[in-house]
Amino acid sequence: MTPDRGPTEQTHDISLTVNGVLRQARVPARRLLSDCLRHDLGLTGTHVGCEHGVCGACTVLVNGQPMRSCLLLAVSVDGSEITTVEGCTDPDGSLGPVQRAFMECHGLQCGFCTPGFITTIAAYLRRNPNPTPEQAREAIGGNLCRCTGYQNIVASVLRAAEIMREESGDAGVPAAGHGRGERA
Amino acid sequence: MIGEPIPRREDPRLVTGQGRYLDDLGAGALQVAFVRSPHAHARIVDIDVTDALDVDGLVAIYTYEDLAAADEAGSSHLSEPLPLLIPHPDLTHPRTAYPLARDEVNHVGEPVVMVVATDRYVAEDVCDRIRVNYEVLPAVVGLDAAIEATHLVHPDIPGNIGAHMVQERGDARAAIAAAPHRLELDLEIERSASMPMEGRGVYARWDADDRTLRVYTSTQAATSVRAAIAAKLAVPIDRVEVIAPDVGGGFGVKVVHPWPEEVLIPWAAMRLGREVKWTEDRREHFISSAHERGQKQKVRVGFDDDGRLLGMEFQVWHDHGAYTPYGLIVPIITTTQVLGPYKPGAYRGEFWSLYTNTVIVTPYRGAGRPQGCFAMERTMDAIADYLGLDRTVVRERNFIQPEEMPYDHGLVFQDGRGLVYDSGNYPALLDKLKALVGWDSFAEYAEQARAEGRRVGIGLACYVEGTGVGPYEGAHVRVETTGEVVVATGLTTQGQGHQTMLAQIVADELGVPVERVTVTTGDTRRFKYAVGTFASRTAVMSGNAAALAARKVRAKALRIASEALEVDPSDLEIVDGVVRVRGVPSSPGAKTEIPLSTVAVLSNPLRYAFDAEAARATQFAVGGSSEEPPVAEDDEPGLEAVDYYSPPRSTFAAGMHAAIVETDPETAEIKVLRYCVVHDCGNLINPRIVEGQIHGGVAQGVGGALYERMVYDSAGQLLNASFMDFLMPYASEVPTVETDHLQTPSPLNPLGVKGAGEAGVIPAAAVFASAISDAEGFAITRMPISPSELFELRERFAAGEIPPLRSRSGHISGEGRFVRAKEDSR
Repeated sequence: MTPDRGPTEQTHDISLTVNGVLRQARVPARRLLSDCLRHDLGLTGTHVGCEHGVCGACTVLVNGQPMRSCLLLAVSVDGSEITTVEGCTDPDGSLGPVQRAFMECHGLQCGFCTPGFITTIAAYLRRNPNPTPEQAREAIGGNLCRCTGYQNIVASVLRAAEIMREESGDAGVPAAGHGRGERA
Repeated sequence: MIGEPIPRREDPRLVTGQGRYLDDLGAGALQVAFVRSPHAHARIVDIDVTDALDVDGLVAIYTYEDLAAADEAGSSHLSEPLPLLIPHPDLTHPRTAYPLARDEVNHVGEPVVMVVATDRYVAEDVCDRIRVNYEVLPAVVGLDAAIEATHLVHPDIPGNIGAHMVQERGDARAAIAAAPHRLELDLEIERSASMPMEGRGVYARWDADDRTLRVYTSTQAATSVRAAIAAKLAVPIDRVEVIAPDVGGGFGVKVVHPWPEEVLIPWAAMRLGREVKWTEDRREHFISSAHERGQKQKVRVGFDDDGRLLGMEFQVWHDHGAYTPYGLIVPIITTTQVLGPYKPGAYRGEFWSLYTNTVIVTPYRGAGRPQGCFAMERTMDAIADYLGLDRTVVRERNFIQPEEMPYDHGLVFQDGRGLVYDSGNYPALLDKLKALVGWDSFAEYAEQARAEGRRVGIGLACYVEGTGVGPYEGAHVRVETTGEVVVATGLTTQGQGHQTMLAQIVADELGVPVERVTVTTGDTRRFKYAVGTFASRTAVMSGNAAALAARKVRAKALRIASEALEVDPSDLEIVDGVVRVRGVPSSPGAKTEIPLSTVAVLSNPLRYAFDAEAARATQFAVGGSSEEPPVAEDDEPGLEAVDYYSPPRSTFAAGMHAAIVETDPETAEIKVLRYCVVHDCGNLINPRIVEGQIHGGVAQGVGGALYERMVYDSAGQLLNASFMDFLMPYASEVPTVETDHLQTPSPLNPLGVKGAGEAGVIPAAAVFASAISDAEGFAITRMPISPSELFELRERFAAGEIPPLRSRSGHISGEGRFVRAKEDSR
């Protein structure tokens, strides 16, 4: 239920650093972060699957932490650093490790849930760069996918970890600094 | 290239957030929200919009009266019911909805008022201020209430019966009566739904200068939506373009059309002269899109001492919801595909398709097949148990044999064509499955588990799936003067990797690198003739059409090249985008080869040059005979071709699944330990994509068997209309799928392929019922099954209300009977 509103809705100016770029928007207090990113800032890579925080398609990183942008008001993250799927590429704009892994492992079909998985996994691998298959499955346990049956997404998590290790040139040490998506 | 598991061409866009799904389009468009019925069955007394009119940002409010007024003022047909898409002589009492409810609503979620505003938030504010007064009527919810027919959904449709249909081959009742053994099973499957991650959505723009309407819609049938919009809005079809952008999953629900919104949004855009968009939210998807699966079934079989079927009677009560826009497709499929890989002896299939005051029922991946498979496979298990035979043995004895192909069941399939299996090797599939899951050694494992206090069970199920349903699909293939190849087909894609699969086919046929082939689907500007994406038909239909079109292009390229190189076309081949003389080593610029890009230039005689390539095709450059026309009488300019593939009938894929489950002795939690799939969809075009389709299908099968159901209360309220309450499986619920393939080519089409899209979901409910029955020692007859339900069944079993199975894995055979089975041995 929306509250009773006056003839014109009060708006607020907010600033967000999105994928490393300072962005400003004038939004009503009730504007969801997901809608702000998609419709005010034109970053439509963040998808909305349920608008009640269950599916995870809208997951973005807020100051490095995966959060459901459909459950956040844009005004409540004023001043934050946001990373969306668009920001999970390597600095030169080529596919980031998680994105490459999804492509190599057929980790996506329709691609609608994929942005939420990619942001979630990017944040997860920063915390745990060497997951076991069981941990990889657990890591994606909060996101819904209707197409893949998750098997190839689990494989993508493991492959992304492998790519990050390959790129860091060190098999056992946590990879760091892989693109904006992995930057806190 | 065909048969290669190459990565998908679609992926770089989609993994970087560059996909363009419906709601990613139309920034700045006006936004729509709907007032939908809160009642399952009610008369609309009054709609009061007074309070809503002063909301800042409101643009328009429309009700049925506005549609009627528009029809009267112009030539639109919006006040008429939406089309009955697939009429059938046995659908004696069809009923479809109005785009906005007229006088009466028949399910919760039916659209009543359309609001257009500057943004969605405002549109919903307006909806909140609109007061609709209803006179609530008794709701018919569930099959029992529909059959009982104390109340009617539509007062002029007696017994709530939309259709009653019988198909029979031989005298099944007599065959059953004369059989040495008989069994009878009562079965039930509950409702579920496609539930794509992206809901539906429509975005329309009317160009008043050009008098052109462009509509983007998240659909599985763009060309048919175009025809429907043209008819409903009375716009010449030539002025209507419909485009399916990236579609975030469909699984059947998006093949229905036109949805009310698909005609209302374009209508509003034309009327307002503004861009208008509607994006379905999740609750709307639950209560106003479509569901499937809900059926009650009765099986009667007669069989001999070896377990061979002699006669089978299959009765189905099918819940089709409030309206019947998609006709009888689902129950027809259930009552024909029930036969699976078996010879049923005499067969009688009968169904009643019934109205209820719930969301409409239209195909969801599998489209009636999972229910049919459930019925037959439960029956096979029952026969095995009755005779004390291994479950695989009974199946083996009833299989259609490879040498009996093509096998004619003597029935009419969903496409109006004969139910004739084209090819298949079911014994080989079963051997592969037994080897993959370790069927023969399971008893030992089960015995050991039982000794440890664990309950495990194994189950299997077999299916045959009619795929590649006609009537046709087409494709256009063109080689550009850059050497790039563009391909278009009219059907749509919603995640199946069609752009990759079709590129592989065309690359193979033309001899070009796959990276040079770009495929467009579901855009009526590019290809206007198509049917749609359903029934696992794209690889078969558009795949073969693309192959045929590419072969035409190839033939033309060889002809033009043969003239340029002065070589017989039969001595030429195309390798890596270059036409060259067979057996002559590649040497760029030599008189033995010519790039396809140059052939494309030569195929189009020009007067004007706009670049160096084009200059080579101008009139003073090409020379040639001054007696012949530059374009021969039976020729056309351009290195391109269109072709169509139209099969005589469907091609039949097959597969068999097995699962090993563990049920918790205390909590009745059901855990999937292993899930094995053997699958035969003919020749594989991209094995990686096929495997992905199977994985996804199995996940939906797991959901349908163990978690997902639509919980309606007696008033017709859907109680679990959110992702919080409708339990779609997460990664933690879906097992790793072990797969093996058999490739039995279809003799019906040039590529020898069969469909693969739906396969994974079809046998899952049957497999789990089989495995849980094996673990528990009594038969499961109703799916889905939750731990609570299993717990209750155990209590009834312990109280002697449910008979035990005679044989279980790891148990010594004892006395027992299949649940509800009435044995009658003579």
